[in-house]
Amino acid sequence: MSDGIIRIRDLARRYVMGQETVQALRGVSLEIRRNEYVAIMGPSGSGKSTMMNVLGCLDTPTSGEYWLNGHEVSRLSDDALARVRNKEIGFVFQTFNLLPRASALSNVELPLVYAGMRTRERRERAAAALERVGLANRMDHRPNELSGGQRQRVAIARALVNQPSILLADEPTGNLDSVTSEEIMRTFAELHGQGQTVVMVTHEPDIAAHAARVVVLRDGRVESDRSTERAAA
Amino acid sequence: MRFIEAIRLALTQIRAQLLKSFFTLLGVTISVTFLIALVSIVEGMSAYVEDAFAGKFLGVNTFNVRRFPDFNVGNVTEAEWRSWQRRPKIRIDDGYAIRDALPPGTRWALHDINWLTPSTRYVNGGGQVLANAVTTQYFKIKNLTVTSGRIFTEQEDQLGIPVLVIGTDVVKDFFPGVDPLGKEMRIEGLPFRVIGVLERQGSALGMALDRQVIGPFNSPMSRFTRARVNLYGVVIQAPSEAAGPDVQEAVRAVMRSRHKLRPGQADDFVLETSQSALSAWEKIKRYLVLAGIVLPAIGLVVGSIVIMNIMLVAVAERTREIGIRKSLGARRRDIMAQFLVEAATLSTLGAAIGVGLGIAAAHIIKAVTPLPTAVAPWSVAVAVIIGAGVGIVAGFYPASRASRLDPIVALRAET
Repeated sequence: MSDGIIRIRDLARRYVMGQETVQALRGVSLEIRRNEYVAIMGPSGSGKSTMMNVLGCLDTPTSGEYWLNGHEVSRLSDDALARVRNKEIGFVFQTFNLLPRASALSNVELPLVYAGMRTRERRERAAAALERVGLANRMDHRPNELSGGQRQRVAIARALVNQPSILLADEPTGNLDSVTSEEIMRTFAELHGQGQTVVMVTHEPDIAAHAARVVVLRDGRVESDRSTERAAA
Repeated sequence: MRFIEAIRLALTQIRAQLLKSFFTLLGVTISVTFLIALVSIVEGMSAYVEDAFAGKFLGVNTFNVRRFPDFNVGNVTEAEWRSWQRRPKIRIDDGYAIRDALPPGTRWALHDINWLTPSTRYVNGGGQVLANAVTTQYFKIKNLTVTSGRIFTEQEDQLGIPVLVIGTDVVKDFFPGVDPLGKEMRIEGLPFRVIGVLERQGSALGMALDRQVIGPFNSPMSRFTRARVNLYGVVIQAPSEAAGPDVQEAVRAVMRSRHKLRPGQADDFVLETSQSALSAWEKIKRYLVLAGIVLPAIGLVVGSIVIMNIMLVAVAERTREIGIRKSLGARRRDIMAQFLVEAATLSTLGAAIGVGLGIAAAHIIKAVTPLPTAVAPWSVAVAVIIGAGVGIVAGFYPASRASRLDPIVALRAET
């Protein structure tokens, strides 16, 4: 219990859209331990995007608790959430979300900029992170000079550069061909092997199959939560 | 995020869209150029006018007793003008009475002028010159020196000897290629002998100071200038600046008693000091400085609206970027700072270019006009502060909008 890096209890999220109230999450409880590799699945409208936003501290729940790395984060202010995103969470997005005009190195440096790190240390750490994902010789390239897989690896380096508690991936292979997807999945597996906690939101079963545990959401509730063969192996 | 970081980021952004940035800061640049140039022109005119009045026209610690002010810039009303015409004329006797009342060490001269047409045997025609009839201390008071020959003596004045000291332009027009010393110049048909040539004065306020001839007051010159009808003025130089007011009071007392003015009645003459002559200029200068501030201010308002719009567009275009930055841990104040610094950097850059252009304009004006334009350091400081200020004010709303964007919405933005 104590090593639960994510603990969620009775989490609900309602949106008011004009006259209508949309219940995106209707009481989700979930615990994810350190060094788990979890895939969150579900059809569209199941609430997995909302789940992703709440887990990533981009959104706050309407009710319920969310403990991240020992801190209750469901009632924090915008700026406090920004801090948490900076220190605890590494995002990998479907569309990479790199700054187009900045080099790979500058992109990876960004989280460290907001952490207030000095320039020289920042450079070194960012360079090391790019080396780890095999892009040591692409540091000065801009995103449009990189392939899709390379872009996603820049994004992974950026997600990891500040040593976050969790790596949070939102459809990380959604914009990649199958060969590149496999590459990225291998990278995730390696990171997981090195002790990184990975949470991945996806709607593709073959991608979800790379995770050790699959949580399926439906209509804002947890429908199933099981380990894959991979975990058994 | 640190400040230097923010400036570096802003410069990258500005470089990325050079043409757009240029048009954005055009308003600020033009306003600042105008401010710097106009202020430097006003300063230059000030230096020029003060030098011209204090040095060339009036002399140091000097004032003129006149019927009404000679230098009228600005609006003299019809009524005022008519009341001046009713004033008693200044008489030669007034001048002597003043002289007798002056404290020791004070210089004094009678001065009368008229535009006359002299002639010499060396040219046909030659035009008009400003003929002066003066008593001898006039030269000392006005600091007039001769480059050749001499000025006339007290004795020559007393005896009314028809001699002349002439300006360099007069030499050029009436004695071409001839040494004028000892030569004859006829004024109103009467021969005068040239005994000295004045040092070149240059022109002041469009008046040719080198186109004058000066003769002894007691010579026929004062008859030609019609001094007995209406004396142009009595020139008085106090021994020091401190003594100025006392000397003026003494002169005023003499004039008031001669004009039989009762206490409470206003003076019906003027003591024209360099300050009083300059007061007209001061009035103009105030308007010019006002224009120099108001016109750029209008430009800056327009400039800041442009900057605000461009920044709003930038925020809209970079919504996705803002979302990414927020997802990576940028706080509201980081985003706010980023856009504020960008706006401020932009407009400060505009102001800096304006300062450069303004200084260049001042130098060009200095080179092609007689105005000794001088760039006022305060105007440069004001320009740069205004530049940064405009950026911050104009950037505030767009920056605050950017900082309040919802990261989820921003990340989903299409751009």
